[in-house]
Amino acid sequence: MSGGLYAVSESSLQFFGAMTASISHEINNVLAIINENAGLLEDFTLMADKGVPIDPERLKTLAGKIMTQIRRADKIIKKMNKFAHSVDGPIKRVNLGDLIELVVALSNRFASMRGITLEVKHPPNPVIITTNVFFLENLLWLCLDLAMDVTGPDKKVTLSVETAGIGGVIRFSGLEDAHGRMSNIAGNDGLLGALKGKLDIDLETRDISVTLPSDINN
Amino acid sequence: MRILLVDDERELITTLSERLAIRGIDADWATSGEEALKMAEVESYDLAVLDIKIPRISGVSLKKKLQEKYPEMKFIFMTGHGSENDFRVGSIEAGPEFYLVKPVDIKTLIERMNEALEAKGGAL
Repeated sequence: MSGGLYAVSESSLQFFGAMTASISHEINNVLAIINENAGLLEDFTLMADKGVPIDPERLKTLAGKIMTQIRRADKIIKKMNKFAHSVDGPIKRVNLGDLIELVVALSNRFASMRGITLEVKHPPNPVIITTNVFFLENLLWLCLDLAMDVTGPDKKVTLSVETAGIGGVIRFSGLEDAHGRMSNIAGNDGLLGALKGKLDIDLETRDISVTLPSDINN
Repeated sequence: MRILLVDDERELITTLSERLAIRGIDADWATSGEEALKMAEVESYDLAVLDIKIPRISGVSLKKKLQEKYPEMKFIFMTGHGSENDFRVGSIEAGPEFYLVKPVDIKTLIERMNEALEAKGGAL
């Protein structure tokens, strides 16, 4: 395996591991909440055995809380499933707006831990390109991870998609001081090369942008 | 004995607090490290049960801040992660027996709370 390919494989595995660990943590939190609510239901029945009447409204509320957590878990699992299928057929057509939504959904827990809000701005028309979806998710995560490290005082990173002539641009805005920290991303030449992409940093507008061709096969 | 529960999952912490109350254990709760630090300024807590992964101030950092100000306070960690690194950090900070992986069995939690409090001559 060449050095570049090895670096991409290592980066991809780290990315996949970080995302699945985060998702498992989210699911575990849901299970912990269901566990406490089920435990409280059990407590009520034990109290009823001792003659303490059960309030039907409390039971209704608890059932509602459990249903809410089941819906939350369903959303997490759908997100995980979508992410897992990113590697099915590596090169395919993708709506960049949908892709950044998924990357943001995968990254929200990391952002929350750092006290950062993530915002998505969609273009007026869908920007669809043909690319290696998993590598692009990996590159966007690396950019976002860096962006969260150098975010401005409002602690918000905005991801937006724009059309760029022959392809698309994904922009990370709301940064404070990305200069000098770019080496972390620039080291991922392998990913950029595999995507035939270009990474730019604009110190005036304080943003990072990834430009991608409309079709990686061309 | 005054207990403080800290977890960013409000639903989890309020339900756990209610289940402890049913068992005669009064516990205050906070959903962030900042909130917990403020509460500790006005209330003298004997034991804090901390989630390791909370926003901004981690559970481990919170424990260090609380311990610095209130050296007598005892700690139990809860975590949704079961990673080796978390276990190592949690074990070093609170002791392996005071590191619980969610979902936590309430009987086990109360046992650990009593063990922690016994070390300072108290119990629930």
